[in-house]
Amino acid sequence: MRISSLFPRTRDGHIAFGLGAVSCLASGILLLILVFVFGEAWPALRTIGVLRFLSDTAWYPTDNAFGLAPMLAASFALAAGALILAAPVGVAAAIFRLYYAPAWLKTPYRGLVLLLAGTPSVVLGLWGLMVLVPLIARLEPPGASLIAGILVLALMIVPTVAITAEAALESVPRSCWAAANALGLGREAALLNVVLPAAREGVAGGILLAGARALGETMVVLMITGNIVRMPDGLFAPVRALTSNIALEMAYATGDHRASLFVSGLALTLLVFLLSFAARTGRRMRYV
Amino acid sequence: MTIGPEDEAAGGGGAGYTVGPMLAGPECCTPEPVIRVNGLAVSYAGVPALKHVDLDIYKGCVTALIGPSGCGKSTFLSSLNRLTDLVAGCRVAGRIEVDGVDIHGPDVDVQALRRKVGMIFQKPNPFPLSIHRNLDMPLREHGVRNRDERESRIRTALSDVGLWDEVADRLDEPALSLSGGQQQRLCIARALVLQPSILLMDEPCSALDPLSAETVEDMIAGLRGRYTVVVVTHNLAQARRIANFAAFFWVRDRAGALIEFDTCQRLFEAPAHDLTAAYVTGRSG
Amino acid sequence: MSDLSHGPRHVFARQARDGAMRVAIWAAAAALFACAAWVMLDVVLRGAAGLDWSFLVDEPARAGRAGGIGPILVSTGLILAVAIAAAAPLGLATAIFLAEFLPAGSRFAAWTSLSLDVLAGIPSIVFGLFGNAFFSIWLGMGFSILSGGLTLACMILPLLIRTAEHGLRMVPGEWRHGAAALGMSRFSSVWRIVLPAAGPAVTAGLLLGLGRATAETAALVFTSGYVDRMPSSLLDSGRALSVHIYDLAMNVAGGDRNAYASALVLLLFLIVVNGIAMSFSDYLLRKRIAA
Repeated sequence: MRISSLFPRTRDGHIAFGLGAVSCLASGILLLILVFVFGEAWPALRTIGVLRFLSDTAWYPTDNAFGLAPMLAASFALAAGALILAAPVGVAAAIFRLYYAPAWLKTPYRGLVLLLAGTPSVVLGLWGLMVLVPLIARLEPPGASLIAGILVLALMIVPTVAITAEAALESVPRSCWAAANALGLGREAALLNVVLPAAREGVAGGILLAGARALGETMVVLMITGNIVRMPDGLFAPVRALTSNIALEMAYATGDHRASLFVSGLALTLLVFLLSFAARTGRRMRYV
Repeated sequence: MTIGPEDEAAGGGGAGYTVGPMLAGPECCTPEPVIRVNGLAVSYAGVPALKHVDLDIYKGCVTALIGPSGCGKSTFLSSLNRLTDLVAGCRVAGRIEVDGVDIHGPDVDVQALRRKVGMIFQKPNPFPLSIHRNLDMPLREHGVRNRDERESRIRTALSDVGLWDEVADRLDEPALSLSGGQQQRLCIARALVLQPSILLMDEPCSALDPLSAETVEDMIAGLRGRYTVVVVTHNLAQARRIANFAAFFWVRDRAGALIEFDTCQRLFEAPAHDLTAAYVTGRSG
Repeated sequence: MSDLSHGPRHVFARQARDGAMRVAIWAAAAALFACAAWVMLDVVLRGAAGLDWSFLVDEPARAGRAGGIGPILVSTGLILAVAIAAAAPLGLATAIFLAEFLPAGSRFAAWTSLSLDVLAGIPSIVFGLFGNAFFSIWLGMGFSILSGGLTLACMILPLLIRTAEHGLRMVPGEWRHGAAALGMSRFSSVWRIVLPAAGPAVTAGLLLGLGRATAETAALVFTSGYVDRMPSSLLDSGRALSVHIYDLAMNVAGGDRNAYASALVLLLFLIVVNGIAMSFSDYLLRKRIAA
């Protein structure tokens, strides 16, 4: 498709050219972001080196210790824990609304899920801080901990799983249900053996997307996980996620410290990309 | 003992029926009813779809349900395996007996009924699983624990539909990779693997290309004697080819009704009802 | 005949499994419902306690423990206005170019689509880092409403483009052909026929973007700043509502009453915005079915 044939010397052509230029701007923003973030991170990458970010044992940036490992581990633990809770509950909620809920409950239920989906993370963090953390503290102080983060993150990402799972389940053709019923399979048998496997790709995609959200979330973890840099060594231990770290230290970081924060930002972005690509390209799972 | 056209005038009756001189096949069955339908009436959300049907389906024979669209043939079929239970707002009145048992009785397990009375749909609908799992999974669900038993049933069913040679070496491939005709035969095998005694087929060949349709048709004809088959079909020639009995449905009082039921040969060549005569000669419908 | 009645052992096993599955599904659905309702009720009840008209217009006092959120609402409004003003024309122009002027399957379309998808996946704190580095420092805007608004614009751009493009593609091809047959230029047919027809979809997308931007916190903390006074220009630092909630909850002892009230205001605003966006989508769906 030659450029010149796209933009003939007519009024239409001029307008198309203008629009095309603007579109280049839009698609160029990604490049701009990558360039700037990488540019700010470069001094740290050059002087400290990628390896030390992983091998240093502690994070005392003003003291020349740049170990991201405890915070990486915390971010993983938070996201993984949230997924372990949110994936089954989300899929169950989708199945419930589609196949088990009485007719009068279907719309209000979806409304509540959508409401939860639209709730800002800072509001969920507020609730977590004011309600959940004191409750956990009664069980085992200090309250602001890994488990608090996992619970509220799970609540935050369940709507993502539920909504995508519902779309995937609904797209399974009716003929699958008819065939299953005619063979004497009840609702549960049909769901387990036919419908869920058929919807597998869509559901898995939704779960991975939810995981990416959990990994990239800042406010919830900032407000309720305690923000102490240490390897997560128990559910009730306070931890600090990579995202919280950036939010906390950006205010006063300078020089290499600031650059190292940009490095952690890059690392975070890379992780989220890997998850999102897995979700989007979603390799065609073999029909077993 | 078979009855040919020359015996028609003397009146039928005897141990066997055949289709007609064109397709004199083996003796197929004794006229022993395996399904008895009395006063069946079906309505969807108050609108009647089928009114007062009395019909007996004979064991081991192929019964064709013919008639134009919208006269309740598919509804009749769905009521035989209680698939009507799953349609919202559908009410079924009347009595349906399968092997002497009222299928709406309190003690009846619907899942077991559907194992015994299998159904094949117009558009082939294999599950998005492998060929093997399509056949294996219903067996497991119905409690066949023994693996060898399942494997042997699968092999028998695939052979019955003539698919064994074609797919024996690729049982783990997706069922959806088969051609249309193969998929439909797979669906029939999937029903057969549960060892039903009755098969309901809703226009099994109409969504297939002519070559596949012919294969499936031959296969259905080959089920005669071993299975009781009820086939809904729009294709009158097909009915003549494969059926022993034929039931003609028409719309009366804005609901479907059974007009005439007889051996296939008699229905086509000497129908008792004017409507039937008009339909089978192509003058109406 | 007994083979039609309940009885065999495997039926019990099957019924046990089915029953267990049913219980699990109901339990999970109920748990989700209960937790969501708990959060909503908590915010509504605690928030309503501190919410009154003066709260909405007063200035914050004593670091926000007392007083209201008047200047903060103004700052938030300005930040959102900047974000929409920057993202909407850019997004619409790109969507029109992609949907109307590019041949299907062109490489530019594929590249743009890919880069927008990637953009949409970037965590919000990284947008904050970018905004800080680019808008605040490199372009010299400092901590300002302008800087925050432009950062948000980058964040919501993929959403706006996707929904607008989808809306444009949904317009039936026959209308474009009809316009061409009447001798209308490409631009005229888009401007006069296609765009108005896609209006509801584009509006819904704008509202969704607005909602997304309003809920955003992390990207604003280091771009638009923390100052809670009434801003006098776009280059002034301004605190967004979501940032205010964060500050009151974490940094101000005794700030929870006003934090809840602010959270309720935020939630109500978002319910209205998202509700309107969804009713536009419903309207679209009904039009599609009726037409």
